[in-house]
Formats: sequence, C-alpha cells, structure tokens
Amino acid sequence: MYVAVKGGEKAIRNAHQLLANRRRGDTSVPALTLDQIAEQLAISVARVMGEGSLYDEQLAALAIKQARGDLIEAAFLIRAYRTTLPRFGYSQPIDTGKMLVERRISATYKDLPGGQLLGPTFDYSHRLLDFALAAEAEGEIEAPVRREPADEAMPRVTDLLDEEGLMEADPVSSEGSPVGDLTREPLSFPADRDLRLQNLARGDEGFLLSLAYSSQRGYGRTHPFTGEIRYGAVEVEFFAEELGFAVSLGTIKVTECQMVNQFQGTAKSSPKFTRGYGLVFGQVERKAMAMSMVDRALRWEELGEEQVAPVQDTEFVMSHSDNIQATGFVEHLKLPHYVDFQAELELVRRMRDEWFAAREAEEKSSRTQKEAAE
Amino acid sequence: MTAQPKPLDEGEYNFAYLDEQTKRMIRRAILKGIAVPGYQVPFASREMPMPYGWGTGGVQVTAAILGADDCLKVIDQGSDDTTNAVAIRGFFEKTARVETTFETSKASIIQTRHRIPEKDLREDQVIVFQVPIPEPLRFLEPRETETRKMHALEEYGLMHVKLYEDIAKNGHIATTYAYPVLVNGRYVMDPSPTPKFDNPKIDRMAALQLYGAGREKRIYAIPPYTDVKSLDFEDYPFEVQKFDKPCGLCGAENVYLDEVILDDKGGRMFVCSDSDYCEERREAGHLGPMAADPNAMTLAGGASADHTEEPAR
Repeated sequence: MYVAVKGGEKAIRNAHQLLANRRRGDTSVPALTLDQIAEQLAISVARVMGEGSLYDEQLAALAIKQARGDLIEAAFLIRAYRTTLPRFGYSQPIDTGKMLVERRISATYKDLPGGQLLGPTFDYSHRLLDFALAAEAEGEIEAPVRREPADEAMPRVTDLLDEEGLMEADPVSSEGSPVGDLTREPLSFPADRDLRLQNLARGDEGFLLSLAYSSQRGYGRTHPFTGEIRYGAVEVEFFAEELGFAVSLGTIKVTECQMVNQFQGTAKSSPKFTRGYGLVFGQVERKAMAMSMVDRALRWEELGEEQVAPVQDTEFVMSHSDNIQATGFVEHLKLPHYVDFQAELELVRRMRDEWFAAREAEEKSSRTQKEAAE
Repeated sequence: MTAQPKPLDEGEYNFAYLDEQTKRMIRRAILKGIAVPGYQVPFASREMPMPYGWGTGGVQVTAAILGADDCLKVIDQGSDDTTNAVAIRGFFEKTARVETTFETSKASIIQTRHRIPEKDLREDQVIVFQVPIPEPLRFLEPRETETRKMHALEEYGLMHVKLYEDIAKNGHIATTYAYPVLVNGRYVMDPSPTPKFDNPKIDRMAALQLYGAGREKRIYAIPPYTDVKSLDFEDYPFEVQKFDKPCGLCGAENVYLDEVILDDKGGRMFVCSDSDYCEERREAGHLGPMAADPNAMTLAGGASADHTEEPAR
C-alpha cells in the first residue's frame, strides 16, 4: 500500500466540493433559508453574533448555514468578515435602564419597581420532547399574551439599593477616559476591567460556564445571587461630530445580568454586596450569568481578596477564553508536522538505542558479577 | 516593498486582503522588530479568513510587506505542494494577484512553516516564518507577565538549567525543533518549529527574517547578517541532525530529509524535505538510489493523492 504524504491543489478542490455537497445534504429535502435560521434558531444566532462580535442576524444565519450548524465555525466566519469592515468610531454607551424589556427577573427581591416579568424562558418548562413539533405541520401558534403598556419605569435593581450603601455603586468613569479595545491593541497584563469584560463578552460560552461553575463548587467562592437579569431591545447611538449630537443607529437585543455577591469587607472597605457584570447579544442568558460570575471572581485584587482558584487568574482566563483562537490552535494539529516529527523520530530512535545498550550492558555486568560470585 | 493597491472591482477586498491602516500598523511593528533583533513586538493581530494555527501571523506579515512587483513562494514542511502552502499561496494569488513561484531563487518573499530552503537566501529576499508560540520560555514559565520580565532582565538561567537537565538525564540536549537561539547577544528567541537542522542557516543569513505569531499577537525579526547563536555549553556544543543516507530521489547529502513510508512491510525511503531543491537537482541530472523505484517516482512527480473520493458502496 502506498501512503501519499503530499496533498495538493486537486485534493483541496475536491474536498471543498464534497463539503459543499455534504453541507447541502439530501437535495430532496428543502434547503434552509436564512430567515428560518434567524427566526427559529434565534439563540444559536445570538451566540454566533456574540462570540463573533458582530450584531447582524442575517449574516450570523448565513454563517450558521455555511458552517453546517457548527457554531464556533460560524462565529469564526463572522470574525473573519468583521475584521475587514471599516471602523467609523465607537457608539455611545447603551443605557440598559431604558431597555424595552421583554424579560426581567430578580432572584433577590420578590417584588420591585417595574415588577418581575418572566418573558420567554425555558426555566419552568418540563423538558419533555414535544412530538407535536416533529409532526409535518405545526399547529397554529397561539398569540402571546401582551401586558398593558406600562408607564412604570423599570430601573435596574442595582440602582435601587444604593441608598442604603449596602450595594457597591457603579464605578464612576471619568469623562473622556479611554476604554480599552483588545481588537485594536494587543492584550497585555495586568488587564483592567474594561478589557476583561470585553474579553469575556467575546469569550466561549462553554468555557465561561465551566469557570463560573467551578467558582460555585469551592474554587474561589463568590456567594452569588442573581440581582437581576433583563432581556430586551436597547437603542444604539452614535455621536456624529459633524452634527454635534448623537443619532440613533437602531436597536439591538441584549441580555444583561447583574450578579450580587456577599462581601465580608476588608480593612479598607466595609462589608457590603459587590457585583459582577454580564452583557451579551440576544437571549444567551447562560453566558450572561457565567460572565458576571467570572467578572466578579476576577475582581479579587481590587477588593483585596485572596487568589486561590483558576477562575480568579486573569491571565489564565483571558488567554484561553477566545474559542476562535482555541479551536484554531487545537485543530492546527491536523496540519502536517512531519518535519518536526522527523526530528523527534531521530531523537527517540537515538534514546531507544541508548536505552537498550544501557540495559544490555547492565545485564552483562550483572551476569559477570553473578558468575564471579559462583 | 510598499503596497501599491491596484484598482479593484467594487465589493472586493483591499490589495492583499488587509486594509492599509492595518498594514501600516503591522509594518511599524516589523520596523521595531528589526531595530531590536529577537525582541517580540506586540501587535494588534487581526482575525484572518484562515484559522489561528494555520499561519495567520505569517500571512499578516506577508500581506503587510507584499507589493505588486513581488514574487511569492509559500512552503509548508519544506514543500510548495502541501495543502496549507497551496491554500495560502492561493489566498495571495486571489487577493493580491502577485506572481507566485516554487523556485526559491526566483522569489522575493518566501513564507514558510517549519523549514528554511536548502539554497542560501540572498540580500534581496525576505523570509517570513509562521510562528505558533513565539515565547521561547513559555514551557518553562506559562505566564506572559513573568516571561516579559525575564527577557527585560536578560534572566535566561532557567533555559540553561533546562538544557543542562536534558544533558544530565539523556546525555544530550533533547530539543529537536524550535531550538532556542540567542540573537545579537541579547534576546533568547524561538526560531519557530523549524528543525534545529535549520538553525545554522539563520545565523548571519543574508535575507531579512520576519517572524509572525497571529494568535499570540507578536512579531519579531532578525536583520540580515545578524549573529544568531544556538544555545549550548562549551563541553556540549550545539549539533544538528545527521542523516546516514542521501535523498532517495536526488542523492543530496547534508540536507533535511523526510521519512516516507512506502508500503505496509516496513519499506521506507528518505527524501528531501525541500521539494524545489530536490526537483532542481534531479533536473540537473542527479539521481538518488531509489530514483528507479516506481513508488518513489510517483512521489517525485508530486502526485497528489485524492483523499476525497466517495467511499465505495
């Protein structure tokens, strides 16, 4: 059997052709449309937009279709597209206090101004496969119940509790102080919270989930409570220099999570509740929660806590959270490495020769000793 | 080497994919790297349309220095015909429409992964290395904050201890590729995972050497004719791999060889890893001991195996 080592142009071309064929699957089955993906796989689309760092549902849907549903591959397609886009500037900070809220819950307060609003959630559903969905034609979907348009404002939970001084206040940002951007400046350590949050917002959902989970199981305990999760549409504004005021660019849907953590205080600061912050595109609640827990854990230094766990290790967390980088480096092991492997072959052969020679010499000497003793 | 953007049709990417601002940023990092040989310059690496680990650092460096008159050669594992080399060459053919070549002597820019061509490079050539882990101290100290400090203080004791421990344990230094070097008497540098066989070539090389690490966001450089010393000890001097046999196809000696398994009965041969060098020698009439073997000749033809055929039903 002849084993070929050098591939070539033709192999790549054929592989791409086969991939296109496999991506499409059985052609007697209708092809997915981007609208179908954007509408019916909305949480996948949101994840791809978040980890791909580009808010565009149609492009994310296209990426998911092209990537055969591989969400990390889809996020990668989005990143590679995003990197070529011209950058006009940075938007104004979004105001989640003015969110058009679709869901808002607090696990710390039974009732609060604006009320609890369960919204679309899996939380209290029974995870039983719904075979009706598998049927050829879905039944009519009942129109959702809509609440009366409420005049009552829905302030963020963390703004409510400040008066007592129990809750750590929002950090004050000085006007015009630059916000870091790790897509424009290479990451360096120590990294401040702006960069950490940016890194986490782009980070892999699974990685952050596991880190957050580890902090609940004793690796860097942070005693978290869900102060608030809110999901809905917020306006994005851009300050146009030519006009001298901010103009609206449109709305995006985001999930914001404020995790509240008990803090026992140090010599410098009084006991109080501290916070971790999470913000993601779309209704990717799991990631928003995990992000806020990891954010809180990474604040150990500023709060004078002890560093004991991986989740608190800024360099470890930030260097490994990006799944585009991670998947690239892990999967690059598929590339040919025969030049390096050849070097290793030579070394291992040499070490084996030495090992066998040494053993033989040892056996020989023990044999002679034995013979001498007899 | 300045890029002269060609007029492009609407909707197309800029010359060599990256926008001019990004290329300028990368060129600044390259210039800094040349000014401080062996020092790892952080740069704002961009996402590229190929995955991290596939050579995004090298591709960005090449894109930044590529001009319309350049002639580009891309090799992976020494060969122009390996899949990744084909893909990267195709990328620049598409986005920059520059001339490409397999011939080492014809190229003005050579992008490489894991090898340096056997033929000596010239002053008017640039070699661009794809680097996975730019930090030579990384496997001794995982923290970037620490390793940067160690470089700043020229604190390289740990590396010497590691090499010493190798000798104490194995009787020789057990690093076969990515073998650390000292550049210009100052910075310890990772020459990328080229086999240590290639280390002597980077010492006082006539061509400019540029190293790009995309995922790790680092660029470093060795200007022409810079002293590059492979780390060793007086009583354990640096030495390169030696092959007992010449290349099976072209008979070349003192070159780096790939071991090719010919059948499932232990049959194997050694052939030049630098496929262009091998071909040139064969054209000049040099023949190796295996040149008559039909299996070997398939290989010499560079026939690509078609791995993508439909499985038999």
